[in-house]
Amino acid sequence: MRATLRAVLAQPSGAIGVTLVAAHVLVALLSPVIVPHDPRLQSAELILAPPSWTHPFGTDRLGRDLLSRSMLGGRAAMLIATLATLAAMIWGTALGLFVALRGGRTDAYVMRIVDALMSIPWVLTVMIFVAALGVGATALIPVLAFTYGLSVIYIARAAALDFVARDFVLAAQVRGERSGTILRREILPNVRDTLAVQGAMQWSWILLGIASLSFLGLGVAPPTPDWGLMIADSRGVMQTAPWAVLWPMVMLSSLIVGVNLAADAFAKALGVDRALGVPGA
Amino acid sequence: MTLLDVETLTVTRADGGAPILRDATFSITRGEVMGLAGESGCGKSTLLLALMAIVKPGLEITSGRVRLEGTELTAASPEALRRLRGPVVAMVPQSATLALTPTMRIGAQLAEAMAVHDAIAPAAIPARVTELFARVRLPDPDLIGRRYPHELSGGQMQRVAIAMALACRPRLLLLDEPTTGLDVTTQAGILDLLDELRQDTGMAMVCVSHDLGVLARLSDRICVMYAGRIVEERPAAALVSRPAHPYTRALLASVPRLDAPGIPPAIPGRPPTPGSADVGCAFAPRCTLAHAACSTLPALAPLAGGGRIACHAPQTAPLTSAAPAPPRPPTAAGPPLVAVSGLAVRYGRVRFYSRKPPPAVVSDVSFDLARGEILGLVGESGSGKSTILRAVAGLWPRSAGSITLDGEPLASDATARPRDVLRRVQVVFQNPDASLNPRHSVREILAQPLRLYFDADAATVEARARALLDDVRLDPVYLDRRPAQLSGGERQRVALARAFAAAPEVILCDEVTSALDVSVQANVLGLIRDLCGARGTACLFVAHDIAVVAALCDRVAVLHKGRIVETGAARAVCGEPRNAYTRTLIAAAAGHAAPAGGAPDTIPPPARPGLSATRPVTTPD
Repeated sequence: MRATLRAVLAQPSGAIGVTLVAAHVLVALLSPVIVPHDPRLQSAELILAPPSWTHPFGTDRLGRDLLSRSMLGGRAAMLIATLATLAAMIWGTALGLFVALRGGRTDAYVMRIVDALMSIPWVLTVMIFVAALGVGATALIPVLAFTYGLSVIYIARAAALDFVARDFVLAAQVRGERSGTILRREILPNVRDTLAVQGAMQWSWILLGIASLSFLGLGVAPPTPDWGLMIADSRGVMQTAPWAVLWPMVMLSSLIVGVNLAADAFAKALGVDRALGVPGA
Repeated sequence: MTLLDVETLTVTRADGGAPILRDATFSITRGEVMGLAGESGCGKSTLLLALMAIVKPGLEITSGRVRLEGTELTAASPEALRRLRGPVVAMVPQSATLALTPTMRIGAQLAEAMAVHDAIAPAAIPARVTELFARVRLPDPDLIGRRYPHELSGGQMQRVAIAMALACRPRLLLLDEPTTGLDVTTQAGILDLLDELRQDTGMAMVCVSHDLGVLARLSDRICVMYAGRIVEERPAAALVSRPAHPYTRALLASVPRLDAPGIPPAIPGRPPTPGSADVGCAFAPRCTLAHAACSTLPALAPLAGGGRIACHAPQTAPLTSAAPAPPRPPTAAGPPLVAVSGLAVRYGRVRFYSRKPPPAVVSDVSFDLARGEILGLVGESGSGKSTILRAVAGLWPRSAGSITLDGEPLASDATARPRDVLRRVQVVFQNPDASLNPRHSVREILAQPLRLYFDADAATVEARARALLDDVRLDPVYLDRRPAQLSGGERQRVALARAFAAAPEVILCDEVTSALDVSVQANVLGLIRDLCGARGTACLFVAHDIAVVAALCDRVAVLHKGRIVETGAARAVCGEPRNAYTRTLIAAAAGHAAPAGGAPDTIPPPARPGLSATRPVTTPD
């Protein structure tokens, strides 16, 4: 593990990515304590004030401090993304490995159903769920875990297919091991690196998805500060007060870029080919 | 006249460290054939590539010279090298299966090789392609060019690869393991072809092989390599009959021979990893004749009677075969442990709209395996020997016949067998790289059957795992290693230990030594014999090499096209074969030229089913 981390930090892109992610996580954890202003405090005198010493990022349409709101704006999304990613990885991996080992008809039927579900645009699925369950984390986590878990199935299955035909799996089968044991002990350790890297990528996509949903009004509900909401709020005044949309965009994109750079560097350090999602190359 | 002159050629890893190839010095005259022999990792393939001034990524030629027809390759420009490769020097890569493009017709691939150097007018290419296919003795030379690589057999693909190397009429042909992975009879056909090409074209060749028998047949001169150095260079006949270097002697002695019964002696220890620093003679730690002088590096000095040798204790006596191993005690009479009768296996499914069932890979095979007996199944690839093993293991469904274990019928599918039945029948696979999970430590690998069958707790697992490693003669420090940290032979020993962890009554060995170096093969064979003997375990041993089977097994069944053509005591079958096909196998294994026709496709099929080939000949025990 230590050797892997050293290999990641030795790559310039890896060092930048890890630094960006670490900074974001630190800010997200500490922001409730260290924000300079109350993020909800509105001020009539300070409507759309440009960056200044007291408000380094400027203020928004209601005169709220943008620095404080930008620091807090990722918390809800990052928490939801983390829980949704975990859920997506768990069920996607379990099903993907299972169909890879089982093969034959089970594999064919399950994968065709997954194909069909994948063909539905995810925003549509989310809108249906949100319409039924309402806005907020309770609705977002299951629906995001479901839609993003579908692509995890493909990755996990493809990675496992590389190993199910190997003799050590055959050896476990003729020894009389249960399917669950074979998946857990023989196959999972071999696809773990691929899936870890994939999990990091999923997390960044889900985060972007949450921001998009918030922008559309389907995600995080006001008055919680959130980057997607902030961008939606201020897009009307983009011409006159560009800073109001700029800061949440910078925060969001720096986090996404950071995760991607870090994941790529980890992939390289672990010997996982991310383009294919399988070890090797 | 000198064609190729190599002087103190040294190849080193680009990131430093000791050289992989050290001070290779030799020359080749026109029309001469030189063999390069040695175990895996000795640098023979690195040397072969360096003769074309090519090194694998991460390596570099750090010193020395290669002069080909007066051109210094190590100093030549890439363009000059490109012009030499093809018309002057050409190479047949190791695996023709991987070297041919699967999506291109073989005729087009061959034409492409010619078009690179404008040596031939474009209009003349099709005729030359046909001529070359005829040259390498492919059937239907004017039509075969339309085929894709997957439509050819392994031997035919090797012939296409040779034809491609011949495209620009090179004066030096480099061959990397030209017969490895081919059946003995196919192998004999390729060797015949190379002999013939050499006589007709006067082309010089350098041939790399781990098989000294192959090299002895093909070459004028053989260089034996060890740990990146040439240790002995002699005329082929002298080297094989009176090897001077202890390493060469040990290497030759470790090859199972049909005329010397029993398991040959293995070379103890393992070769140094490529790129280790050398202090003195690299072979000294494994050498039975090592003495104080061996701590200094022996120079490659001329040997009386021709050739060169790098050894402080060169030997002069002819190689004698070791004393025959004591014969195994005869196996106890009584009911058979495993009885296979009327076994038939088909690949593919019977479809209701198709009148013809898929062809049988194995049909009407019957044999018994007594307790403690080692039975060999021998045949070429496609003879159905591995299929029979898989049917017994329950890895492939049978379409007819019955298999019983101790009188109890065995279910066709392993998943339908009770766990205790599975425990009693253990499988050892061909390739330990694939059969051991790369993520598990040796401890974990051995713990699996112990936990599964005996509910062993951690302390029992630890004690049993140590005992098992000791049984396969591995040190307990190996418990914490992973398969990637072991050599091929050590991995196969771990796989054997895993099989024996289940305390089985029969082990099924599928070509367990074919992926190993000969020097290690003897070791694994000896272990199987000792482990089975000590525990009274029966063994079904599948192999393509009849000499290996003869060395280990009590009884042999020879398979041809899915049927048993001859069974009997190993020595009787190999000594006085009754069946024509058995004689073919023995002749090919003994290194003689293949009988008329050569390739296995031309072995005449039985005249009428139901006659000679289908009725097993039983040689008296």
